[in-house]
Amino acid sequence: MTEQQQSLDAIHDIKKMMERSSRFISLSGLSGVSAGVCALIGAWLAHPYVYGYKNLFIDINQPYTYDATVYLNTWLFWIAMGTFVAALLSAFVFTYIKSKKDGTPIWGKTARRLMINVLIPVAVGGIFLLSMMQYGTFGLVAPGCLLFYGLALINASKYSLNELRYLGYCEIILGIINLNFVGYGLYFWAAGFGILHIAYGVYMWYNYEREN
Amino acid sequence: MVNPINQLNKLFDSRVRLGILSALMMNNSINFNELKELLEITDGNLASHLKALEDNNIIKVEKGFIGRKTNTTYKLTKVGEKAFKEHIEALEKMIKATK
Repeated sequence: MTEQQQSLDAIHDIKKMMERSSRFISLSGLSGVSAGVCALIGAWLAHPYVYGYKNLFIDINQPYTYDATVYLNTWLFWIAMGTFVAALLSAFVFTYIKSKKDGTPIWGKTARRLMINVLIPVAVGGIFLLSMMQYGTFGLVAPGCLLFYGLALINASKYSLNELRYLGYCEIILGIINLNFVGYGLYFWAAGFGILHIAYGVYMWYNYEREN
Repeated sequence: MVNPINQLNKLFDSRVRLGILSALMMNNSINFNELKELLEITDGNLASHLKALEDNNIIKVEKGFIGRKTNTTYKLTKVGEKAFKEHIEALEKMIKATK
Protein backbone atom coordinates (compact mmCIF):
# COMPACT_ATOMS: atom_id res chain seq x y z
CA MET A 1 0.00 0.00 0.00
CA THR A 2 2.66 2.52 0.97
CA GLU A 3 4.73 1.48 -2.04
CA GLN A 4 1.74 2.00 -4.26
CA GLN A 5 1.05 5.34 -2.64
CA GLN A 6 4.66 6.41 -3.16
CA SER A 7 4.50 5.49 -6.84
CA LEU A 8 1.24 7.36 -7.22
CA ASP A 9 2.73 10.42 -5.53
CA ALA A 10 5.76 10.27 -7.81
CA ILE A 11 3.59 10.02 -10.94
CA HIS A 12 1.49 12.88 -9.65
CA ASP A 13 4.62 15.01 -9.14
CA ILE A 14 5.88 14.18 -12.61
CA LYS A 15 2.58 15.12 -14.20
CA LYS A 16 2.38 18.38 -12.27
CA MET A 17 5.91 19.38 -13.22
CA MET A 18 5.32 18.55 -16.89
CA GLU A 19 2.25 20.79 -16.87
CA ARG A 20 3.97 23.58 -14.98
CA SER A 21 6.97 23.60 -17.26
CA SER A 22 5.09 23.47 -20.55
CA ARG A 23 1.82 25.36 -20.08
CA PHE A 24 0.92 28.83 -18.91
CA ILE A 25 -1.64 28.00 -16.24
CA SER A 26 -1.99 31.29 -14.38
CA LEU A 27 -4.76 32.50 -16.70
CA SER A 28 -7.55 33.59 -14.38
CA GLY A 29 -11.25 33.04 -15.06
CA LEU A 30 -11.85 36.59 -13.84
CA SER A 31 -9.72 37.80 -16.76
CA GLY A 32 -12.31 36.26 -19.07
CA VAL A 33 -15.15 37.95 -17.20
CA SER A 34 -13.50 41.38 -17.23
CA ALA A 35 -12.58 41.15 -20.92
CA GLY A 36 -16.17 40.09 -21.65
CA VAL A 37 -17.58 43.05 -19.74
CA CYS A 38 -15.28 45.44 -21.65
CA ALA A 39 -16.46 43.90 -24.94
CA LEU A 40 -20.13 44.38 -24.01
CA ILE A 41 -19.56 48.01 -23.04
CA GLY A 42 -17.61 48.55 -26.27
CA ALA A 43 -20.39 46.99 -28.34
CA TRP A 44 -22.99 49.13 -26.58
CA LEU A 45 -20.97 52.29 -27.28
CA ALA A 46 -20.38 51.28 -30.90
CA HIS A 47 -24.00 50.35 -31.63
CA PRO A 48 -25.37 53.79 -32.63
CA TYR A 49 -22.41 54.40 -34.96
CA VAL A 50 -22.49 50.99 -36.59
CA TYR A 51 -26.21 51.19 -37.34
CA GLY A 52 -26.14 54.81 -38.42
CA TYR A 53 -28.04 56.55 -35.59
CA LYS A 54 -25.10 58.84 -35.03
CA ASN A 55 -22.59 60.40 -37.35
CA LEU A 56 -19.56 58.21 -37.79
CA PHE A 57 -17.05 61.03 -38.15
CA ILE A 58 -15.63 63.04 -35.29
CA ASP A 59 -14.93 66.12 -37.38
CA ILE A 60 -17.46 66.13 -40.21
CA ASN A 61 -15.74 69.07 -41.91
CA GLN A 62 -12.50 67.21 -42.37
CA PRO A 63 -12.05 66.38 -46.06
CA TYR A 64 -12.35 62.71 -46.97
CA THR A 65 -9.08 61.03 -47.87
CA TYR A 66 -8.56 57.67 -49.44
CA ASP A 67 -6.06 56.26 -46.97
CA ALA A 68 -5.94 54.76 -43.50
CA THR A 69 -5.92 58.14 -41.72
CA VAL A 70 -9.64 58.43 -42.39
CA TYR A 71 -10.21 55.81 -39.68
CA LEU A 72 -8.61 58.09 -37.10
CA ASN A 73 -11.47 60.52 -37.67
CA THR A 74 -14.17 57.97 -36.77
CA TRP A 75 -15.59 57.36 -33.30
CA LEU A 76 -15.69 53.65 -34.06
CA PHE A 77 -11.93 53.43 -34.39
CA TRP A 78 -11.38 54.98 -30.96
CA ILE A 79 -14.11 52.89 -29.34
CA ALA A 80 -12.49 49.75 -30.79
CA MET A 81 -9.03 50.77 -29.57
CA GLY A 82 -10.36 51.70 -26.12
CA THR A 83 -12.23 48.40 -25.81
CA PHE A 84 -9.18 46.41 -26.86
CA VAL A 85 -6.81 48.18 -24.46
CA ALA A 86 -9.28 48.05 -21.55
CA ALA A 87 -9.97 44.34 -22.10
CA LEU A 88 -6.27 43.52 -22.33
CA LEU A 89 -5.32 45.54 -19.24
CA SER A 90 -8.13 44.21 -17.04
CA ALA A 91 -7.40 40.64 -18.16
CA PHE A 92 -3.74 41.13 -17.35
CA VAL A 93 -4.50 42.43 -13.85
CA PHE A 94 -6.49 39.35 -12.78
CA THR A 95 -3.99 36.95 -14.29
CA TYR A 96 -1.15 38.82 -12.59
CA ILE A 97 -2.93 38.51 -9.23
CA LYS A 98 -3.49 34.80 -9.76
CA SER A 99 0.13 34.17 -10.72
CA LYS A 100 1.27 35.93 -7.54
CA LYS A 101 -1.13 33.80 -5.49
CA ASP A 102 0.01 30.54 -7.12
CA GLY A 103 3.66 31.52 -6.97
CA THR A 104 4.17 30.88 -10.69
CA PRO A 105 6.27 33.36 -12.67
CA ILE A 106 4.18 35.62 -14.92
CA TRP A 107 6.79 36.09 -17.61
CA GLY A 108 8.76 33.03 -18.60
CA LYS A 109 9.13 30.40 -21.25
CA THR A 110 5.50 29.30 -21.01
CA ALA A 111 4.08 32.84 -21.24
CA ARG A 112 6.31 33.58 -24.21
CA ARG A 113 5.24 30.42 -26.01
CA LEU A 114 1.57 31.16 -25.38
CA MET A 115 1.98 34.72 -26.60
CA ILE A 116 3.62 33.71 -29.89
CA ASN A 117 1.01 31.07 -30.60
CA VAL A 118 -1.87 33.45 -29.95
CA LEU A 119 -0.28 36.28 -31.90
CA ILE A 120 0.25 34.34 -35.13
CA PRO A 121 -3.42 33.66 -35.96
CA VAL A 122 -4.54 36.99 -34.48
CA ALA A 123 -2.01 39.00 -36.51
CA VAL A 124 -2.83 37.14 -39.72
CA GLY A 125 -6.53 37.71 -39.04
CA GLY A 126 -5.92 41.39 -38.35
CA ILE A 127 -4.03 41.93 -41.60
CA PHE A 128 -6.66 40.03 -43.54
CA LEU A 129 -9.56 41.98 -42.03
CA LEU A 130 -7.85 45.33 -42.55
CA SER A 131 -7.44 44.57 -46.21
CA MET A 132 -11.09 43.46 -46.38
CA MET A 133 -12.08 46.82 -44.96
CA GLN A 134 -9.97 48.53 -47.60
CA TYR A 135 -12.13 46.84 -50.22
CA GLY A 136 -15.24 47.92 -48.34
CA THR A 137 -16.35 44.49 -47.11
CA PHE A 138 -17.31 45.66 -43.62
CA GLY A 139 -19.97 43.02 -43.15
CA LEU A 140 -17.39 40.26 -42.85
CA VAL A 141 -15.30 41.99 -40.17
CA ALA A 142 -17.28 40.69 -37.20
CA PRO A 143 -17.48 37.04 -38.34
CA GLY A 144 -13.81 37.31 -39.37
CA CYS A 145 -12.85 38.44 -35.85
CA LEU A 146 -14.75 35.52 -34.34
CA LEU A 147 -13.26 32.94 -36.72
CA PHE A 148 -9.63 34.03 -36.36
CA TYR A 149 -9.97 34.49 -32.61
CA GLY A 150 -11.46 31.01 -32.34
CA LEU A 151 -8.51 29.56 -34.24
CA ALA A 152 -6.11 31.47 -31.99
CA LEU A 153 -7.76 30.02 -28.89
CA ILE A 154 -7.60 26.46 -30.20
CA ASN A 155 -3.93 26.99 -30.95
CA ALA A 156 -3.39 28.55 -27.51
CA SER A 157 -5.01 25.66 -25.65
CA LYS A 158 -1.92 23.53 -26.29
CA TYR A 159 0.21 26.02 -24.39
CA SER A 160 -2.25 27.00 -21.68
CA LEU A 161 -5.45 25.70 -20.14
CA ASN A 162 -7.16 22.92 -22.10
CA GLU A 163 -10.58 24.51 -21.70
CA LEU A 164 -9.59 27.37 -24.04
CA ARG A 165 -10.12 24.88 -26.85
CA TYR A 166 -13.86 24.71 -26.18
CA LEU A 167 -14.13 28.48 -26.01
CA GLY A 168 -12.38 28.49 -29.40
CA TYR A 169 -14.87 26.00 -30.88
CA CYS A 170 -17.78 28.16 -29.68
CA GLU A 171 -16.27 31.33 -31.22
CA ILE A 172 -15.81 29.54 -34.55
CA ILE A 173 -19.37 28.18 -34.58
CA LEU A 174 -20.70 31.65 -33.81
CA GLY A 175 -18.52 33.12 -36.57
CA ILE A 176 -19.79 30.61 -39.12
CA ILE A 177 -23.43 31.28 -38.20
CA ASN A 178 -22.70 35.00 -38.48
CA LEU A 179 -21.58 34.50 -42.10
CA ASN A 180 -25.25 33.93 -42.93
CA PHE A 181 -26.47 37.02 -41.03
CA VAL A 182 -23.98 39.59 -42.19
CA GLY A 183 -25.96 42.68 -41.13
CA TYR A 184 -26.04 41.55 -37.51
CA GLY A 185 -22.26 41.41 -37.02
CA LEU A 186 -22.17 43.62 -33.92
CA TYR A 187 -24.64 41.39 -32.08
CA PHE A 188 -22.65 38.27 -32.91
CA TRP A 189 -19.46 40.10 -31.97
CA ALA A 190 -20.97 41.06 -28.59
CA ALA A 191 -22.13 37.47 -28.03
CA GLY A 192 -18.71 36.01 -28.92
CA PHE A 193 -16.40 38.46 -27.22
CA GLY A 194 -18.78 39.49 -24.44
CA ILE A 195 -21.11 36.72 -23.38
CA LEU A 196 -18.90 33.72 -24.27
CA HIS A 197 -15.93 35.28 -22.42
CA ILE A 198 -18.04 35.90 -19.35
CA ALA A 199 -19.54 32.39 -19.45
CA TYR A 200 -16.09 30.84 -19.86
CA GLY A 201 -14.62 33.02 -17.11
CA VAL A 202 -17.37 32.22 -14.62
CA TYR A 203 -17.07 28.50 -15.38
CA MET A 204 -13.28 28.54 -14.88
CA TRP A 205 -13.46 30.63 -11.75
CA TYR A 206 -16.21 28.47 -10.27
CA ASN A 207 -14.36 25.22 -10.97
CA TYR A 208 -10.76 26.14 -10.22
CA GLU A 209 -10.37 29.38 -8.28
CA ARG A 210 -13.30 29.70 -5.91
CA GLU A 211 -12.26 29.54 -2.26
CA ASN A 212 -13.62 26.33 -0.84
CA MET B 1 8.16 -12.41 -12.07
CA VAL B 2 10.70 -9.64 -11.68
CA ASN B 3 9.83 -7.37 -8.83
CA PRO B 4 9.31 -3.97 -10.48
CA ILE B 5 10.91 -2.28 -7.49
CA ASN B 6 14.28 -3.43 -8.85
CA GLN B 7 13.63 -1.56 -12.07
CA LEU B 8 13.18 1.74 -10.26
CA ASN B 9 16.19 3.88 -10.90
CA LYS B 10 17.90 4.94 -7.68
CA LEU B 11 19.08 8.08 -9.43
CA PHE B 12 15.51 9.35 -9.68
CA ASP B 13 14.67 8.63 -6.08
CA SER B 14 14.06 12.29 -5.20
CA ARG B 15 11.29 14.76 -5.84
CA VAL B 16 13.75 17.37 -7.10
CA ARG B 17 15.29 15.02 -9.64
CA LEU B 18 11.87 13.82 -10.80
CA GLY B 19 10.97 17.48 -11.25
CA ILE B 20 14.11 18.26 -13.26
CA LEU B 21 13.58 15.26 -15.52
CA SER B 22 9.86 16.00 -16.04
CA ALA B 23 10.56 19.59 -16.99
CA LEU B 24 13.30 18.51 -19.40
CA MET B 25 11.01 15.96 -21.05
CA MET B 26 8.64 18.77 -22.03
CA ASN B 27 11.24 21.36 -23.03
CA ASN B 28 14.16 21.10 -25.38
CA SER B 29 16.40 22.95 -22.96
CA ILE B 30 15.92 24.85 -19.72
CA ASN B 31 18.29 27.20 -17.97
CA PHE B 32 19.24 27.20 -14.33
CA ASN B 33 17.00 30.06 -13.25
CA GLU B 34 13.93 28.65 -14.97
CA LEU B 35 14.47 25.35 -13.21
CA LYS B 36 14.92 27.13 -9.90
CA GLU B 37 11.63 28.98 -10.33
CA LEU B 38 9.78 25.86 -11.36
CA LEU B 39 11.03 23.75 -8.49
CA GLU B 40 11.13 26.50 -5.86
CA ILE B 41 14.40 25.37 -4.28
CA THR B 42 17.70 26.98 -3.39
CA ASP B 43 20.66 27.36 -5.76
CA GLY B 44 22.85 24.97 -3.80
CA ASN B 45 20.25 22.25 -3.58
CA LEU B 46 19.43 22.45 -7.29
CA ALA B 47 23.12 22.56 -8.29
CA SER B 48 23.95 19.41 -6.36
CA HIS B 49 21.11 17.45 -7.94
CA LEU B 50 22.06 18.73 -11.40
CA LYS B 51 25.68 17.71 -10.77
CA ALA B 52 24.64 14.17 -9.85
CA LEU B 53 22.49 13.85 -12.96
CA GLU B 54 25.27 15.25 -15.12
CA ASP B 55 27.86 12.86 -13.66
CA ASN B 56 25.61 9.96 -14.57
CA ASN B 57 25.17 11.20 -18.14
CA ILE B 58 21.44 11.76 -17.66
CA ILE B 59 21.63 15.42 -18.61
CA LYS B 60 24.14 17.53 -20.50
CA VAL B 61 25.19 21.03 -19.60
CA GLU B 62 25.84 23.89 -21.99
CA LYS B 63 27.41 27.07 -20.74
CA GLY B 64 26.85 30.26 -22.66
CA PHE B 65 26.41 33.96 -22.20
CA ILE B 66 23.51 36.38 -22.48
CA GLY B 67 25.32 39.69 -22.64
CA ARG B 68 27.79 39.43 -19.79
CA LYS B 69 25.74 37.11 -17.64
CA THR B 70 26.44 33.41 -17.72
CA ASN B 71 23.56 31.32 -18.98
CA THR B 72 23.76 27.63 -18.17
CA THR B 73 21.25 25.48 -19.99
CA TYR B 74 20.44 21.82 -19.45
CA LYS B 75 19.28 19.17 -21.88
CA LEU B 76 18.26 15.56 -21.54
CA THR B 77 20.68 13.03 -23.07
CA LYS B 78 19.42 10.04 -25.07
CA VAL B 79 20.49 7.81 -22.20
CA GLY B 80 18.67 10.02 -19.73
CA GLU B 81 15.45 10.00 -21.72
CA LYS B 82 15.48 6.22 -21.94
CA ALA B 83 16.26 5.83 -18.24
CA PHE B 84 13.48 8.19 -17.21
CA LYS B 85 10.92 6.43 -19.41
CA GLU B 86 11.89 3.09 -17.88
CA HIS B 87 11.56 4.60 -14.44
CA ILE B 88 8.02 5.79 -15.18
CA GLU B 89 7.11 2.39 -16.60
CA ALA B 90 8.37 0.74 -13.42
CA LEU B 91 6.28 3.13 -11.34
CA GLU B 92 3.21 2.27 -13.40
CA LYS B 93 3.86 -1.44 -12.98
CA MET B 94 4.07 -1.05 -9.23
CA ILE B 95 0.75 0.75 -9.14
CA LYS B 96 -0.90 -1.92 -11.27
CA ALA B 97 0.65 -4.81 -9.33
CA THR B 98 -0.80 -3.72 -6.01
CA LYS B 99 -4.25 -2.88 -7.34
